[in-house]
Amino acid sequence: MDTRTPPASTAAAPAIRLEQVTKQFGTVQAVRGIDLTIEQGEVVAFLGPNGAGKTTSIDMMLGLSRPTSGSVEVLGMAPRQAIARGLVAAVMQTGGLLKDLTVRETVAYMASLFADTQPVDEVLAHAGITGLASRKVGKCSGGEQQRLRFAIALLSDPALLLLDEPTTGMDVEGRRAFWGAIRADADRGRTVVFATHYLEEADQYADRIVLVRKGQIVADGSGSEIKALAAGRTVRATLEHADHSAVTALSQLAGVESVEVRGDTVLLHATDTDAVARHLLTQTSAHDLEITARSIEDAFLSLTGDDETDADSPADHGHVLEGTTR
Amino acid sequence: MSATSPTRTIAPTTRRVPPLGGFNLTVMRIEIARMLRNRRTIVFTFVFPAALFLAIGSGSGWQEKAGNGNVAAYLMLSMALYGAALTAAAGGAMVATERALGWSRQLRLTPIHPGVYIGMKALIALLLGAVAITVVNVVAIVQGRATMPTDRWVEAALLTLVCTMVFAALGVFVGYLVPGENAMQILGPGLALLSFLGNVFIPIDDGTVLWHIASWTPMFGVAEISRAPLTGELPWYAVVNAVGWLAVFVAGAAWRMSKDTARV
Repeated sequence: MDTRTPPASTAAAPAIRLEQVTKQFGTVQAVRGIDLTIEQGEVVAFLGPNGAGKTTSIDMMLGLSRPTSGSVEVLGMAPRQAIARGLVAAVMQTGGLLKDLTVRETVAYMASLFADTQPVDEVLAHAGITGLASRKVGKCSGGEQQRLRFAIALLSDPALLLLDEPTTGMDVEGRRAFWGAIRADADRGRTVVFATHYLEEADQYADRIVLVRKGQIVADGSGSEIKALAAGRTVRATLEHADHSAVTALSQLAGVESVEVRGDTVLLHATDTDAVARHLLTQTSAHDLEITARSIEDAFLSLTGDDETDADSPADHGHVLEGTTR
Repeated sequence: MSATSPTRTIAPTTRRVPPLGGFNLTVMRIEIARMLRNRRTIVFTFVFPAALFLAIGSGSGWQEKAGNGNVAAYLMLSMALYGAALTAAAGGAMVATERALGWSRQLRLTPIHPGVYIGMKALIALLLGAVAITVVNVVAIVQGRATMPTDRWVEAALLTLVCTMVFAALGVFVGYLVPGENAMQILGPGLALLSFLGNVFIPIDDGTVLWHIASWTPMFGVAEISRAPLTGELPWYAVVNAVGWLAVFVAGAAWRMSKDTARV
């Protein structure tokens, strides 16, 4: 299942290593203890709803903000040092360009700041914006500005590229071309991490999906693993006198996401419902079992959503997913 | 998928850090071209101070003696300082727009050291300040009324340029303090007011209440210093004033810069 490239046998530093990272803004805990290692050459999607902590995490990887606690390393060094060597680049959705510079001036300006870059003309040609070279950035369309942002990001041939919602506003054709180019670069060793809130995009283009919710990683695995997770099923059974310890025992079964008790009925959301059924029938007095599939969207929402019913779920999810991470 | 071919890794240590914290002439060239394309800068830098000098200097009494020269020379020095201050402050205040556009954030993703960047900005502000000073001086020479010994003339022009640093720092400080395009809308009228209080436009009588208040304002000290070669006197409080305000503005700019972690 895992199609990710195994870490190179050489002692190559991981592209990103976050250890016990937290970030607090005033009273708001944006990131609540993230551990994450991304090896070089991986294409990783940071998936989660708005406000999940994706952007905050990326800002820390870029050295734009410091974690409240924990450590962040990029290619084996502090983020700022990696940036000083031109090893890290990022493309944001908006901004980051001066309207009163021409396209060529913008590229030349940025190129002059790095120790090693490709020639400006080549960069313009590669990004397909040679024809725009003498146009003011303010007069370029949104798509043209986005191409310019990519041209700038690739100037220093970065080892790590961070993208924030990269394909927002792109049409289907542009999206395909974009991801084709990104994949080609990844195959040459570039690590790509992108933030998105589209499950489909993450599944289609990432080797690995890191699901974030409320500042924590709730799932980490390949697209198919995440989909399997999301495609979990519900087991419904009659279980008389289900007390607290019985529920706790059930919730600790491998693959169980949540346990709900409604009178004499228990509802278990699980990835491996066969195992749950076997357990219920052989180890407990449960009867009248019923197994139903959840829709992918429902399940995905339950992983990333903000519903009250599973307020204590991050721990549960962490447990569920132990088997699937790395 | 790259499952079949082993992924190449990039050895991070083979990459170099640019020398001088990222200082380079390409940036300087583009930044200067950028400022010269801005019509408002041109008016402030080249036209306004010179026009003001011609307007004020056209009154009677320009030929009266003032220190080592005449009143026309005194006016020329004042207008050169005003023009250079305005230009330098405008240059510094450009950081406000750059932050609003996310350019500052983009730059933080490059090797350039923030201090080096501000240093380059200050250098450009000084260069344009030098242009403003030159324009007023050239206009004065062409007009032919201002008189003062050549060595003192040169000395005064150079001192004015040094004094311009105070306003480059003020511009950066205000640029960080005030968001977006508003920075210059505060600095424009603000500098005009400071220039009045700083004895740049109209002389304030010594010893009056207004004079005592004015002597604490940021334009006062630098105005005295830049005119010292002409007047032949340099009061100690003028130097204290200038150095004090330079320290305040530099510290303020550095403080705001260090706080500048916001995602804009």
